[in-house]
Amino acid sequence: MTETTDTAPRAPLAGSRRSPRTVRRAGRGATRHPGRRTPQGRSWRHSPLQRITPWLFLAAPLALLITFTYVPVASMVAYSFTDWDGVSPERNLTGADNYVQIFTRPELFRVFFVSGYYLAASVLQIGVALYFATVLSFNLRFRNFFKGVLFFPYLINGVAIGFVFLYFFQDGGTLDSVLSWLGVRTDHAWLGDPTSANVSLAGVSVWRFTGLNFVLFLGAIQSIPGELYEAAELDGAGKWQRFRHIIAPSIKPVLSLSIILAISGSLSVFEIPYIMTGGATGTSTFVIQTVKLAFQFNKTGLASAAAVVLLAIILLITWIQRRLVPDDKVDLV
Amino acid sequence: MGKTKTLAGALLTVAMLTVTGCGGGGGTSGETAAAPADPGAVSGEIKVLTHRTDLVQNGVMKRYAAEFNKIYPKVKVTFEGITDYEGEVKIRMNTKAYGDVLMIPAAVAKNDYPKFFAPLGSTPELSRTYRFTDKTEVGGKVYGIAQFGTANGFVYNKALWKKAGVTQWPRTPGEFTAALEAIGKKTGATPYYTNFKDGWPLVQWTANIGSVTCDPKATDKLAGAVSPWKEGGELHTIDSLLHDIVKRGLSEKDPSTTNWENSKGLLGKGEVGSMMLGSWAITQMQAAAKDAGGSPADIGFLPFPAQKDGKFCATLVSDYQQAVSIHSEHKSAARAWIDWFTGKSGYSETEGAVPALKSAPLPATLKDFVDNDVTLVERSEAQTGPVNAIDNAAELGLNKPDYRQKLIDIARGAQKGSLQGYFSELDKKWDEAAKTAGS
Repeated sequence: MTETTDTAPRAPLAGSRRSPRTVRRAGRGATRHPGRRTPQGRSWRHSPLQRITPWLFLAAPLALLITFTYVPVASMVAYSFTDWDGVSPERNLTGADNYVQIFTRPELFRVFFVSGYYLAASVLQIGVALYFATVLSFNLRFRNFFKGVLFFPYLINGVAIGFVFLYFFQDGGTLDSVLSWLGVRTDHAWLGDPTSANVSLAGVSVWRFTGLNFVLFLGAIQSIPGELYEAAELDGAGKWQRFRHIIAPSIKPVLSLSIILAISGSLSVFEIPYIMTGGATGTSTFVIQTVKLAFQFNKTGLASAAAVVLLAIILLITWIQRRLVPDDKVDLV
Repeated sequence: MGKTKTLAGALLTVAMLTVTGCGGGGGTSGETAAAPADPGAVSGEIKVLTHRTDLVQNGVMKRYAAEFNKIYPKVKVTFEGITDYEGEVKIRMNTKAYGDVLMIPAAVAKNDYPKFFAPLGSTPELSRTYRFTDKTEVGGKVYGIAQFGTANGFVYNKALWKKAGVTQWPRTPGEFTAALEAIGKKTGATPYYTNFKDGWPLVQWTANIGSVTCDPKATDKLAGAVSPWKEGGELHTIDSLLHDIVKRGLSEKDPSTTNWENSKGLLGKGEVGSMMLGSWAITQMQAAAKDAGGSPADIGFLPFPAQKDGKFCATLVSDYQQAVSIHSEHKSAARAWIDWFTGKSGYSETEGAVPALKSAPLPATLKDFVDNDVTLVERSEAQTGPVNAIDNAAELGLNKPDYRQKLIDIARGAQKGSLQGYFSELDKKWDEAAKTAGS
């Protein structure tokens, strides 16, 4: 923490009118000039202000972090052991009852099947993003334009996307019109039955999040030194071989991060299905179910327990994933 | 290392504080928010929380306040319009700052009213003047006065129905679906619009409990393990009708993308035949009909297709109830506002709703009902608390769209299941929940 203050070694000329501050500044330079060595400890004792400076800088972010992250999480955990209805000033401790309920009511877990659609979609999403990131990392006409096009959906607010795609999937909406231009006349209600609705919603999610994966991959690919490609080319490596032996190993950490994000994302899908179908027609996800428990049926305690369980599941999956694919250093050269 | 320890310690302390801080409660003073004897003497600034953001924005509420000030010159009324009224006010009720006058959110359990609101008077005293007082009665005291009430039934396009040759109100669910079939065949319009996507219009069907058998206590009777969807039960009749409408293809083609705002115009233009709504919707539909190039006179209102002794019945239910916050510092000013707004402002008349004041006449929008001698059944709220408790415990939601959305999905074949199977599943959930809750 303290290293931040003693930066550039600046050897002062004369020692007589040195303020404690310049003494400290000379800290690292002093090793090269043994005669001017000042014991660090003394200056620390003399200026308590400097001692707390880093904490002052930290105070704002820590206060925000604690107020808006740790306190709410702590209260949520506390609620999960009560039967609070979300409004009443009274709440009773019920012990682990809420957790028992969650694990003994299979219908509460059935919604995780819906996450399967999103998980399958995120495999597609990572594939598409990887393909475009590789292609666009080479010199290409209108490269920046295409990068913008791919990243753009990620910048739009999720609620807006929900509304846009509601019109898109409407009977006689954008999708139906486009298909009719192509000569396909369809009478299919895209959000009408569970399978079709979930596939449609997962498709929207792919459209939205491909940009994020794409940018992560592109950043990783562009940090690969150019001479590696040149050397590979001299050795006669083809495009596929260059991808297989240079690009793929060097983006492995980013890839594993994307996979963790994809899994936790598919388990906690919320915005898009909530706005577009409200969880009707078999599109309810675990988070939608939790929100409904808390705000429709006033079971805030049970909903908090559900949220804690989801958190635990995601942590567990992340841990297993890290164990299976250790984050070892990538060394290409 | 030492630093991480301090940090961990700090976090732990915060966590402990939160846990111990959980027991906080509201104040409990029994002071009655009595109506002031002298209008000139009462003073103070009161804040009114309302869900009518439209009326706050277009200045109508300010005009009401100005009228109010003619009688109560020293009271300053401010309004706060809240779009997500239920969600937001529910959370604010954990603090003390939830205005002086507010609409009671549905999430607040009836038995908790004395913890949040000041009593407005005893039941016999208030029930002489106002309808719907039993909805907020706890321990012989009334905690809220309804803004107005609504009668329930189907909003329909008279011109369209006439074109299809249906001139008489259907008297049974069978006649109703037959009428819709005639409309679909002869006019090509969509006979019924579910508003499936927006969901809340589906909740209106629940308000008809009582219309079928003309029983004001029909809802009260749900308190207990009574299998509400059994053959002959009101919910059985009501939900079967909705199921049949959808199953016979008499509703819109793609329910998953319906749009409430559009639906008003569709009904006005005669592209949609009918919708299940409250009488509050009539004025909105008339306005939409005008905008869409139709005629406001085409909008009609008919009761649930069931008769008892040759007469139709329609339930009368209260809208939001206005209450005075227990933390209000100007309780009598707040009470003065509620009394004036309910009785003298002309608000319910403008809305075309049933006035909460017993002495006031029925609105023009219900002329059809008065002419056809429809019995208005004021729904008893004596058991609303236990019924809601069972409903929540069962996670069913009589007043939430979810279970009817699934009913529609089953009816149109989007989800597996049969009507009977679904009804017995609902009955089972209800009866099981009744054993633990609401007794």
